Amino acid sequence: MKHYLNAGYSVGSWLLTRDHKRIAILYLLSVTFFFFIGGAFATLVRLELMTPAGDLVISETYNKLFTMHGVAMIFFFLIPAIPTVIGNFLVPLMIGARDLAFPRLNLASWYLFTAAGLLALGSIIFGGVDTGWTFYTPYSTTYANTHVFLMAAAIFVAGFSSILTGLNFVVTIHKMRAPGLTWSRLPLFIWSTYATALLFVIATPVIGITLALIAIERLLSVGIFDPALGGDPLLFQHLFWFYSHPAVYIMVLPALGVVSELVATFSRKRIFGYGFVAGSSLAIAILGFLVWGHHMFVSGQSMYAGMIFSILSFLVAIPSSIKVLNWTATLYRGSISLRTPMLYAIGFMGLFTIGGLTGLFLATLGIDVHVTDTYFVVAHFHYIMVGGTVMAYMGALHYWWPKMTGRSYPEAWGKLSALIIFIGFNLTFFPQFILGYLGMPRRYHAYPEEFQVLNVLSTAGASILGVGYIFPMFYFIGSLFARKKIGDNPWGATGLEWRTSSPPPEDNFRETPVVTEEAYDFAKAEEPELP
Amino acid sequence: MTERGHAPQFDDLEQQHEAATLGMWVFLMTEVLFFGGLFLGYIVYRLAHERAFAQASSHLDVALGGINTAVLITSSFTMALAVHAAQTERRRRLFVFLLATMALGCVFLAVKGLEYAHKFREGLVPGPRFTHEPEQQIFFSLYFVMTGTHAVHMIIGVGVMIGLMALALRRSHAAAVENAGLYWHFVDIVWIFLFPLFYLVGRHR
Ligand code: HEM
Ligand SMILES: [Cu+2]
Repeated sequence: MKHYLNAGYSVGSWLLTRDHKRIAILYLLSVTFFFFIGGAFATLVRLELMTPAGDLVISETYNKLFTMHGVAMIFFFLIPAIPTVIGNFLVPLMIGARDLAFPRLNLASWYLFTAAGLLALGSIIFGGVDTGWTFYTPYSTTYANTHVFLMAAAIFVAGFSSILTGLNFVVTIHKMRAPGLTWSRLPLFIWSTYATALLFVIATPVIGITLALIAIERLLSVGIFDPALGGDPLLFQHLFWFYSHPAVYIMVLPALGVVSELVATFSRKRIFGYGFVAGSSLAIAILGFLVWGHHMFVSGQSMYAGMIFSILSFLVAIPSSIKVLNWTATLYRGSISLRTPMLYAIGFMGLFTIGGLTGLFLATLGIDVHVTDTYFVVAHFHYIMVGGTVMAYMGALHYWWPKMTGRSYPEAWGKLSALIIFIGFNLTFFPQFILGYLGMPRRYHAYPEEFQVLNVLSTAGASILGVGYIFPMFYFIGSLFARKKIGDNPWGATGLEWRTSSPPPEDNFRETPVVTEEAYDFAKAEEPELP
Repeated sequence: MTERGHAPQFDDLEQQHEAATLGMWVFLMTEVLFFGGLFLGYIVYRLAHERAFAQASSHLDVALGGINTAVLITSSFTMALAVHAAQTERRRRLFVFLLATMALGCVFLAVKGLEYAHKFREGLVPGPRFTHEPEQQIFFSLYFVMTGTHAVHMIIGVGVMIGLMALALRRSHAAAVENAGLYWHFVDIVWIFLFPLFYLVGRHR
């Protein structure tokens, strides 16, 4: 049968495609590449931290290692991963459309992303950047002696790519839903992708202009943030976090949407409190714009500003916990099947909760003064970004792999890897909470002897985690060569994407679907092919 | 109708038109935030350096700035007429008004270039060659960055006008002209804020 994968085999049919499904595959290749680049830098960081002495690399090199780890992972993996791979593939399918509203723009986004990736690689190859992923001035301006300009340009261009993707999603979700698919019937993944797309459109331009100012300052010595010329480095931090706090929700909101889908399908139950879960995505998006100051508690902002940002940060926890509570309520009396995607979803729920709760510690002014800039912060955001977003991304890949490829992954290997990832993750990052609490600062390549045991545990965990990520690479690729095909709806899931064939035809649906019921109506759903 | 059929992902022309318009508005939202970062910088630094800002602004040429403001407002008017011509499918008129809009845009850019040249000669360009009181440098940094970003948007707008003129020779295309109009008016409005903030506020003499 004709479908999007066998519609053409030439290089041109991929590189000039306008099919959102093919573009999703292109993105899958790009972000996987950057995941491994980021991973390589992380490996070097963890190796250095095995011993208290700074013996593997000198401190300048170490600065570059953690910077490029952060840049690659945040800007080139976590931010694009779920929206551009899973979102690109699913948004039109889930809303019963033939494509995104602007297919050519979608392809252009991928090219921009690729160009940005090349700029970033260029910056890395010429010697890298050592400012930290936050590019704080004056490290990135007056005192920079690395390739800040190239890297800033890379992130600027990548930002454009995000903006165009966000714009495409907003318009598509507004204008192209199938007949009968009202807002209150949308799958929750669409709701969270919509909220993410809004963040893309509203937050990203601010980092764009901020990095442009850094680049101008570097290139033309026009001092916007240079105190010697009357500038204010704190203004940079405000602008940076005005983007980068919403950006942490760009990273996690799509993951929350994925988990909603997984929990519903593998409990065979409608998500408890659909309206609250949908609304909480928007609430997170809105509140996320009001809390950036919690990254600047010790940077000299006024005490009252600190207090207000602290209170607002507590508020963000409300919509976040609504989601976790509602998933838990969905599990209650559901008919739960612990397939690989569900293992990831459950792992997500636990790890995201820990990450969120420690976020509240950090949002508490008094505690933050003690743990800011320590490994406690590092552990906090890794629990959310790796324990949360990467887990959800893996779960999404397993869950939609049959739809994307028409093939199934080996379940036993899937479960084993999920388990390895979970164990490796906790072993890597839990010790870092303790390290941070005991006072180990982040971003140093040497540390006092007494911290060694916990650091060795963390490095050991990282190697286990690494193995857990390599396995799926192999069995996913292997599954493509499997003879056995899988049915159109192996999980017995609801949702329009399961109503079309696997892999879907080029224009998605042979006839435009009409929606007559609520989302997650499992009473009418097919039985799973794989119990 | 001289317009082509709709693209395959849409059900009909109306849906396509609506999508394009919404897309443009969303893009303008991005633009507002893009300039927003700069305006925030302006506010922060203006409050921090009241006196230097007031002094520095008297180096700007209000006459040239005023002329440019008038030029841009006129261009918005011709743009609106172009949109009307496109909607009523009068292609000759459309072409003429697009041409007028583009020409006015070029006049604006030329005057701006003249002003930049003056500043350059007077040693008002930030950097090692800045010859005035150091505190004023931040004003001129902002001035060049903000008006420069605006000028880049104008150049893109002029390019769009040229593209639309080429298209107008073959067919009328209301959706594209409307979207270009939204963009043009937006860039105009940005100037309407830039002009008083840099040239007028706190000016002495
Ligand atoms: C309940 C919600 C959350 C709260 C209250 C919260 C609070 C905080 C606070 C107060 C800090 C600053 C700590 C410091 O530097 O001293 C912080 C850092 C951080 N958080 Fe969160 N957070 C939350 C959720 C998230 C999420 C969802 C993500 C990512 C997906 C995230 C990623 C980060 C990152 C990357 C940093 C460190 C940035 C850096 O300095 O490099 N947080 N968080
Ligand atoms: Cu934050």
